[in-house]
Amino acid sequence: MRRALALLLLLWLSPAHAAEPLIADLTSHLVAITTGFTGADVVLFGATDGPGDVIVVVRGPNREAVVRRKSRVAGVWMNTRQVTFVAVPSYYAVYSTRPLDDIMPAATRARQDIGLANLRLDAVDKDRSPQEIADFRAALIRERRQEALYADAVGGFNFFSGELFHLALGFPANVPTGNYTVQIFLVRDGRVVGGQTSPLYISQAGVDAEVNDFARRRALVYGVIAVVGAALAGWLSSLPFRHA
Amino acid sequence: MDIYLPIAAISQDVFVLLALGGVVGFLSGVFGVGGGFLLTPLLIFIGVPHAIAVASSANQLVGASVSGALAHWRRGNIDFHMGIVLLVGGFAGSVAGVWFFALLRRLGQIDIAISLAYALLLGTLGSLMLVESTRAVLRLRRPGAGQRKLHQHIWLHGLPFKMRFRRSKLYISALLPLSLGFFAGVLSAVMGVGGGFVMVPAMIYILGMPTAVVPGTSLFQIIFVAASVTVLQAVENRTVDAVLALVLLVGGVIGAQLGTRFGTMLRGEQLRALLAILVLAVAAKLAFDLTVQPDDPYSLETLGE
Repeated sequence: MRRALALLLLLWLSPAHAAEPLIADLTSHLVAITTGFTGADVVLFGATDGPGDVIVVVRGPNREAVVRRKSRVAGVWMNTRQVTFVAVPSYYAVYSTRPLDDIMPAATRARQDIGLANLRLDAVDKDRSPQEIADFRAALIRERRQEALYADAVGGFNFFSGELFHLALGFPANVPTGNYTVQIFLVRDGRVVGGQTSPLYISQAGVDAEVNDFARRRALVYGVIAVVGAALAGWLSSLPFRHA
Repeated sequence: MDIYLPIAAISQDVFVLLALGGVVGFLSGVFGVGGGFLLTPLLIFIGVPHAIAVASSANQLVGASVSGALAHWRRGNIDFHMGIVLLVGGFAGSVAGVWFFALLRRLGQIDIAISLAYALLLGTLGSLMLVESTRAVLRLRRPGAGQRKLHQHIWLHGLPFKMRFRRSKLYISALLPLSLGFFAGVLSAVMGVGGGFVMVPAMIYILGMPTAVVPGTSLFQIIFVAASVTVLQAVENRTVDAVLALVLLVGGVIGAQLGTRFGTMLRGEQLRALLAILVLAVAAKLAFDLTVQPDDPYSLETLGE
């Protein structure tokens, strides 16, 4: 029912009515992570004014990230080299109707920051060789791919009548919280002819979120409560055995 | 049934955690040891981050030692005077230990430091225990051997700042329990253990305390050192997962009661040999993980929120 309504809305908004080549929006702008969260799908609806390829880029909030490399020291594997990257998207996923290489030339993609290969990652440590930085950068992307936080998936688009589409953006259980942006591009003959950006907010909700938030803001009080709670539990547990 | 651990930011099966707390509690009931030195490595094995495993173990330890100390207090087996001197040293040690922990974390070496410390400590401890229990089993067959003097006075006791400890019937330098407490504080901060397995022998052999008051006094000071470590870790490193600690406590309490009953049915020397083998197995696994070539030499840490 909701899907049908959204479609109707889109039909009404569709480029035939407005002068935009591409119109799209998320059915929800909020994902709440509660206890037992196992991931979530957010549905994107869109309409184009004719044929073309659609690319969707989902980007999570930027964080600083440290990549470390282990090597053998006296028989033990320990971290010996590290490179810090600033402003690394904590989540990055690209969806496209066809492989990116077939849709637009690499130079255009680089200009638009589309695709993992074009992800801008700036290393703090300037004294490292470009080759070393490149190795650490590749390791960062590899690690994030393994955690399912970076992906460039092809497909997943469902087209109706050739101009209306919907797509499920899948977020894993370990998705970082914060402000996300969802960019939608319409590409024709290798050129971006329409674009739109939609915000998405992913937040912790419920008791866990409050505990986490409290532990951050009131670290001292949290520590004291943790101690008192454990001491009480210890005392309570000794009561039934007092006369043993 | 999965439970989300808010600080560790991972989901874990609540029954796995209860069972883990239960097993450690059972062992501590059977063998009369704290069990903290097994809890942290086991948490690491199931995938809890090293730093959070250590700090949450310290949190769990507060409850476990309150429970244990109360039992000893009812029997009058705590030397409070000695306990307070020990824990003054312990507070200083926990501050130094948590600071050291934060430093290692910044350097990106905390995981390896924890694993290495555990592998070394458990390896040494397990070997000593195995030798001791084997000897004890042999001695049983030749009765009459191995009587120890009740109290030996060594040169360490003659250091300055002498203090009288009535309950322990001792007149020794306060520097001794202070530095011993300091050491336990550092251990507790870096490894999340109470240090009972180091403290108990040290209190008997170095301080010369009567055996009867040693476990109670050790547990008494562990309560406060573990509490201090928990608060400091929460403030300095934000690594205390109170939910994890509570679940482990619940499992631990049940396990400890079962363990105490089971322990009375077995012979002490054989028990100690079993524990020694278990401790050595954990040490071997940690050592193996440290020396085997990792699948991917690179690792990633995300900073700030």
